[in-house]
Amino acid sequence: MLGRTASSLFWMSRYHERAQNVSRLLEVACRGAIISHSGQEDGTHWTFALACSDCETGFKQKYEELNARNMASHMIFSKDNPSSVRSSLELARNNARAVRTGITAELWEAINTTWIEFTDVSPQSITQEKLPDFLSWINQRAHLFRGALLNTILRDDGYFFSQMGNFVERSDNTARILDTYYWTLLPDSDIIDDGSLEHYQWSAILRALSGRRSYRFAYPNARLKAFNIAEFLILRTEMPRSLAHCYDWMADTAEDLAQFYGSREPSLDMAADMARDLAEKQMHEIYQQGLHDFLSDFINKNNQFAHQLCEDYNFA
Amino acid sequence: MSDERTFFNEMLDEANKPRQPYARLAKWLEDKPANFLTKKGRDAETIFRRLGITFAVYGTEESTERLIPFDPIPRIISASEWRHLSAGIDQRVRALNAFLHDIYHRQEILRAGRIPADLVLQNEAFLPEMAGFTPARKVYAHIIGTDLVRVSENEFYVLEDNTRTPSGVSYMMENRETMMRLFPELFQSHRVAAVEQYPENLLQTLESVAPDPSKSSQTIVVLTPGIYNSAYFEHAFLADSMGVELVEGRDLFVDAGHVFMRTTREPKQVDVIYRRIDDAFLDPLTFNPGSMLGVPGLFDAYRAGNVTICNAPGTGIADDKAIYAYVPDIIEFYTGQKPILNNVPTWNCSRPDDLAYVLDNLEEIVVKEVHGSGGYGMLIGPTASKREIAEFRKVLETNPSNYIAQPTLALSACPTHVASGVAPRHVDLRPYVLIGDQVRITPGGLTRVALKKGSLVVNSSQGGGTKDTWVLED
Repeated sequence: MLGRTASSLFWMSRYHERAQNVSRLLEVACRGAIISHSGQEDGTHWTFALACSDCETGFKQKYEELNARNMASHMIFSKDNPSSVRSSLELARNNARAVRTGITAELWEAINTTWIEFTDVSPQSITQEKLPDFLSWINQRAHLFRGALLNTILRDDGYFFSQMGNFVERSDNTARILDTYYWTLLPDSDIIDDGSLEHYQWSAILRALSGRRSYRFAYPNARLKAFNIAEFLILRTEMPRSLAHCYDWMADTAEDLAQFYGSREPSLDMAADMARDLAEKQMHEIYQQGLHDFLSDFINKNNQFAHQLCEDYNFA
Repeated sequence: MSDERTFFNEMLDEANKPRQPYARLAKWLEDKPANFLTKKGRDAETIFRRLGITFAVYGTEESTERLIPFDPIPRIISASEWRHLSAGIDQRVRALNAFLHDIYHRQEILRAGRIPADLVLQNEAFLPEMAGFTPARKVYAHIIGTDLVRVSENEFYVLEDNTRTPSGVSYMMENRETMMRLFPELFQSHRVAAVEQYPENLLQTLESVAPDPSKSSQTIVVLTPGIYNSAYFEHAFLADSMGVELVEGRDLFVDAGHVFMRTTREPKQVDVIYRRIDDAFLDPLTFNPGSMLGVPGLFDAYRAGNVTICNAPGTGIADDKAIYAYVPDIIEFYTGQKPILNNVPTWNCSRPDDLAYVLDNLEEIVVKEVHGSGGYGMLIGPTASKREIAEFRKVLETNPSNYIAQPTLALSACPTHVASGVAPRHVDLRPYVLIGDQVRITPGGLTRVALKKGSLVVNSSQGGGTKDTWVLED
């Protein structure tokens, strides 16, 4: 396989994951904007989405008012914002186009149809009322992409590189969301009212990571609690967006790559080490180290892993 | 040309009766309700868009990818018509390859005075770097798309030979796939020769010209300029259907005279490159130094005989519009036979007599740029306005050697689905030819159709569409 092909498959998956993550953040913000909370400034919900996706500065340079229209324009349709859904979908599709020969017809049709239908939508038509439906459509299209990938692609190196792209992005996204609001997840912020800002933020974090419902199953009879939420999103492997789950996959995929190529590159050991660390770690150790330190450290290591992978396999 | 002129209608004879090859199709068309083809046309468009069968139009801003309009009514060619055509094409592509070998070696045809030497040696498309080098099997142009037009029952003319990097073959394949999905019943009532073997034949052709044909497996690649190229879809399509890598220049490098591709593991040596980039961009060390698309050192590896490039660099001289007028001589010179297919009589505007005639008859004739393509920079006298003719006259007078002229041919017309129903529209035909260990001509090709009433311009960049082309079996 060409190094460039490996790179395109990695980024195709990575950008799709990113598009979905941004649209989920916006879904949470939309919901927040509809349900009013006492004692909150206007726009808190939107700020949450901007901060978690690192889009705050870019937004403020272009817009004054935080509202649904401006948010949709910047986070969904903008051609200038490299993190917008549009930018991610376009880059995902360009990468897929570059490896048309390396992906299945089903996968290409899923990607291409998303792009065609997305570009057919006029940004003016997406009013605040229509925004939730549109976001859920983006989400469903991303699920279709994952489904087409998992159901049709050969289990060879191409599959392994797409999986790596997906989980590098996913774990980065989870770690960034947690880090943006890490102080609300410290154990001493446990005793709070149901209607408080922290409670809203906890719930937003869980929703942004599709974990609001599954939290109930992982912690039966437990109310929302900082310790549990942090543990759920960092260490519980059954949570598909937790850091531990992502690195479980990546370590398995690293093992597959080693077997496929008959040699073990440094990046594969890095993935295995990260997975082992997360499996052995306890939540109280993370609190001891400092949640923010732990998360920044994770984001760094995750980046280093991605760099090493590019280097080991001649990504162009 | 206006529609009052007579043109050959491929489906209906002078008495408006269907000609034999179209008999069943004509009946079928008659039986269908009015909106049937409209609906099928929409279905086809959805299929094409989803599959990403698009082309790019340079210079348009709003979208870089467009669909070529697809006409759902097939164009039909009988078995005997096809035998005549393919014999003519076979003769022509062999002669053109012999010509290329000759002008890059002993130049017998120039010594014999059959072609003015300057026309070849001073031609931009002539590559002195190729002199004295003999490619595998002496084949230069491996993939050719011969542009033909029909003017009467048995009269076909060759318009252009396209010996560089002819495109459109993916449309031949996808048009057929789409037709089989849309109208399975028509394939049951007609014996249509298959085109699906094309990628297999292309692969055989490329393998047959590898530097060392005895190797048990050859590494073949398709070299593309990248995703922004107008024919990128086709490049991906061909690589995919042959099961070979689609590479860009940056994926290849030259080491110790051999070409390698950068893989996720060890570099892999490449034997044959089916390139879809122009000569000038192949190798920045030998040709255009500013090229970002090429591979430094590729040409030296090629001349060392370590890799085959298809088509060979320098084949453009064989489809140069100034050389075109001499192709009948070329055929006679190398095959000793009379040409089977007609050449369109051509005036070379660099010759004063020819220029004078052309300027006197601009309203009647077609004038083309010598190096132009895609239907740009040409004048079609009979359909041009007085002003267009006047403007073109000025351009032509300033730089006559840049132009050739030909009589306006009465292009044949085929039934085509238009807003008002089914109506004749003018068409051309590009069959695809592969030359390696043997000459392989796929029965069929790409029919391009001028969708505008009376128009003779079939280029997709100028509003032309395509049709599936059926060669019937006996």
